[in-house]
Amino acid sequence: MDGKKLVKMANQIAAFFAAEPERKTAVAGVTAHIKRFWEPRMRREILAMLDRGPDHGMNALVVEALQTNRKALEPAAK
Amino acid sequence: MYSNKILDAGTPAVTSAKSVSLQIDGVAVTVPAGTSIMRAAVAAGRNVPRLCATDSLEAFGSCRLCLVEVEGKKGYPASCTTPCENGMKVATQTKKLAALRRSTMELYISDHPLDCLTCPANGNCELQDMAGVVGLREVRYGYDGQNHLASSKDTSNPYFTFDPTKCIVCSRCVRACEEIQGTFALTVQGRGFDSVIAAGPTNFLDSECVSCGACVQACPTSTLMEKSVAELGQPDHAEVTTCAYCGVGCSFRAEMKGTEVVRMVPNKDGKANHGHSCVKGRFAWGYATHPDRVKKPMIRQKITDPWREVTWDEAIAHAASELRRIQQKYGRASIGGITSSRCTNEETYLVQKLVRAAFGNNNVDTCARVCHSPTGYGLKSTLGESAGTQDFDSVDHCDCVIVIGANPTDAHPVFASRMKKRLRGEPNRPGAGLIVIDPRRIDLVRMPHIAADYHLQLQPGTNVAVLNALAHVIVTEGLQKEDYVRARCDVAEYEKWLAFIKQPKNSPEALAAVTGVPAEQMRGAARLYATAQNGAIYYGLGVTEHSQGSTTVIGIANLAMLTGNLGRPGVGVNPLRGQNNVQGSCDMGSFPHELPGYRHVSDPTVRELFASNWGVPIDSEPGLRIPNMFDAAIDGSFKAVYVQGEDIAQSDPDTQHVQKALEAMECIIVQDIFMNETAKYAHVILPGTTFLEKDGTFTNAERRISRVRKVMPPMPGMADWEVTQALSKALGYPMHYDHPAQIMAEIAALTPTFAGVTFEKIDRLGSIQWPCNDAAPEGTPVMHEQEFVRGKGRFMLTEYVETEERTSRRFPLILTTGRILSQYNVGAQTRRTMNNAWHEADVLEIHPHDAEQRGIKDGDAVSVQSRKGDTTLRAVVTERMQPGVVYTTFHHPESGANVVTTENSDWATNCPEYKVTAVQVALTVAQSPWQQKFEAFEGQQESLLPKSAR
Repeated sequence: MDGKKLVKMANQIAAFFAAEPERKTAVAGVTAHIKRFWEPRMRREILAMLDRGPDHGMNALVVEALQTNRKALEPAAK
Repeated sequence: MYSNKILDAGTPAVTSAKSVSLQIDGVAVTVPAGTSIMRAAVAAGRNVPRLCATDSLEAFGSCRLCLVEVEGKKGYPASCTTPCENGMKVATQTKKLAALRRSTMELYISDHPLDCLTCPANGNCELQDMAGVVGLREVRYGYDGQNHLASSKDTSNPYFTFDPTKCIVCSRCVRACEEIQGTFALTVQGRGFDSVIAAGPTNFLDSECVSCGACVQACPTSTLMEKSVAELGQPDHAEVTTCAYCGVGCSFRAEMKGTEVVRMVPNKDGKANHGHSCVKGRFAWGYATHPDRVKKPMIRQKITDPWREVTWDEAIAHAASELRRIQQKYGRASIGGITSSRCTNEETYLVQKLVRAAFGNNNVDTCARVCHSPTGYGLKSTLGESAGTQDFDSVDHCDCVIVIGANPTDAHPVFASRMKKRLRGEPNRPGAGLIVIDPRRIDLVRMPHIAADYHLQLQPGTNVAVLNALAHVIVTEGLQKEDYVRARCDVAEYEKWLAFIKQPKNSPEALAAVTGVPAEQMRGAARLYATAQNGAIYYGLGVTEHSQGSTTVIGIANLAMLTGNLGRPGVGVNPLRGQNNVQGSCDMGSFPHELPGYRHVSDPTVRELFASNWGVPIDSEPGLRIPNMFDAAIDGSFKAVYVQGEDIAQSDPDTQHVQKALEAMECIIVQDIFMNETAKYAHVILPGTTFLEKDGTFTNAERRISRVRKVMPPMPGMADWEVTQALSKALGYPMHYDHPAQIMAEIAALTPTFAGVTFEKIDRLGSIQWPCNDAAPEGTPVMHEQEFVRGKGRFMLTEYVETEERTSRRFPLILTTGRILSQYNVGAQTRRTMNNAWHEADVLEIHPHDAEQRGIKDGDAVSVQSRKGDTTLRAVVTERMQPGVVYTTFHHPESGANVVTTENSDWATNCPEYKVTAVQVALTVAQSPWQQKFEAFEGQQESLLPKSAR
């Protein structure tokens, strides 16, 4: 998958949830959205992007969502 | 005219709490107060002769044929314009009346060609019928007097003729154009004997006429006559079915001879259209028998190989073997399917079942991805159900209409006519207020007898900002329905939203610069909507096809909840669906994250329900959406797709990216009625069938499930649902349906909102709006009446986020795309009809200021270039556009509108941002490089077809 495109999509999701006054609600919103709507290879790729280093271009909210909820977002092994 | 086998009560039905009783020819009858004597007579089993009256039009009282005698009253009142009164005693037939009627008929016939035997209306002509009914035996005036028999016939319209020699100037056509269609294209020109019907200064084709056909079916003679009837003769049988064009879902009578359609006539009993139609449904059905139809299955190994016509068995076996080969090599998730909003519910259901049960994954998506997927997300999140809240009739009860990002007169013309009627008002009831939110000056903004109170001509991409500004005004001026909100909505979420929306950054003044809309206009519009008794919002793809499409839908739901405009007739949130079965294809589980009935695949209870019925486990992970499929194809992990009735190569954005994805796949199976753009990249062609060749159901924008009925045999030998079933069997997952009714039975068994739906019930009721279950056995016209489907309505925060697609020095204009009345979607159907008379090519609309700056004149060839690609179109210079914004349509593949559009998409659903692309426009003399490549590729693919299919 095109990692740059996935980062852009994740950042868009974060931009929607960033309006939430409470940070944890925003983080939960980003996590739930990615979990519910992203196919496993997309989730794998964005987690891999995160692991590749800090130049991924992800919004801080996305980073927090991926880091704190990594287990929930990782697809089950096939 | 309608078939004379259909009962016509002469004047429209009247709704009244009071009733009156009278006697007609000694027969006692009771009718609602205000009913005409003519209509009451029909109730009493009497048909009063008439020519200018028909029950689809208000009484006019001009033909003097429907005279009656009323005991105790002087003269001979016209029964069409005389309301019934209690105790009246009416005679519909006396010697005097008979003599008067015969005299009147003599006058009509003295100026009418006596060519009944060769007239196309022979056998279905009210004038002929009435001559018989009144007992006309002679015309004492002769036929040599002054007459209109030398007038020439207007054959300019592709579908019907206007023959003034046969006109009796009853003005039914003029009134139909005004009352039903609301176009006011026809007029009675001249006075007295010189009166003639005129459609503009020259002819019908060049007039304002939109060819809806209302005048043709209103005409009591063959003055206005379908060319197909003139050619084929009168039909001998009819079947009621549902139009396969837009999401209005008009009911039609397919009037037939044998297996040939003679004409399609809107069904007076149709609950979506009430006997009205548009140029597409009424006339543009010829594509069904067009020579371009694909009739035989074909296969090939590579897209550079010639096609080989094969048997159904060989094609299905080849497709199945390729799908299994690819899964074995690349994994279970390497294949998927795409359902179509042009296909029936049953077909769509089968495709998603095939993907989930036979492919073993959730890689199924539908073309709603690129149109109304944000509606699903936004309405489900806020109200609890992914559907519009009202029926179309609801518009009759509204007092203020917001039309945002929709152009109903072009894209949903039959509903638009209904809306226009309410906007025009009636003698004792002023028209509803109108707020249009659109970057273009769409026709609704100003047209005969309609003028928008506010046209918020916003910058493309700023819908959320405008909606936030409207909501800000409502809450800061205390116009919200606080009691409603606190009783019906989640109060904690509401208060959170209230704190957000009250912030100064959401005020009209703060957002005026962003939106381009003066603050005072936004304030005025907010007040108009919030203070209306019933405020309704209608929206289209100008809402959804943005990077904030879902946020805009949420903003619309927020506004409706805030003002208490949900849960009763006249209000609501009304998505106008682009295609005939967008609602249905979504309902049927076409999205990769949802099983039928919008239930997430991660829900183990729901999965178990389907797993036990289907006999296979259901994947708990969401599948790929269409844009994700393209990306996965390019990265090599998605290798095969089964596409039923959808042309992704033309309709999806960033064409060159789509083409690259298609080229990267090893097996593309296209099931379609024509060799569409996607078929050029395909390896297997499974010929599809039109709506005339199969049984099933469509669900329209108001959740109305209507029957599609087979009127001719499937041209390729199999209906689409049979093909999917055969493919499934070849994949080792046999399905066992003998008829689509059985598929619907399975849908009903597994989907709570469809629990009460059966073909038998639809046949009995005409149509059903879901939810249809024990709580609502005959369906649900208005949703959320007592409470929202999700329980408490949920306000959600709608921060305005500017799109990443920005203008620059290189690309200083914004391109926005849309549709036109005469063409439909990718044009595969309408381009193969005579609708091309109105729109033979896509054009670029540009404001005079932008045109002048670039030296562009009307009709010039211009290049439209974005960061994604460029194409060449002809310019139309028009003030419909605002400076800085240009517009085009995507009905013709060679136009390449989507070569220019980008990969940007809605944050929640990946619905493409078709409505905002930064472009430059310049004069050119050549096709774009993409167009040259397109032409060469088209030639190559044409040469690879078997001779019989070229």
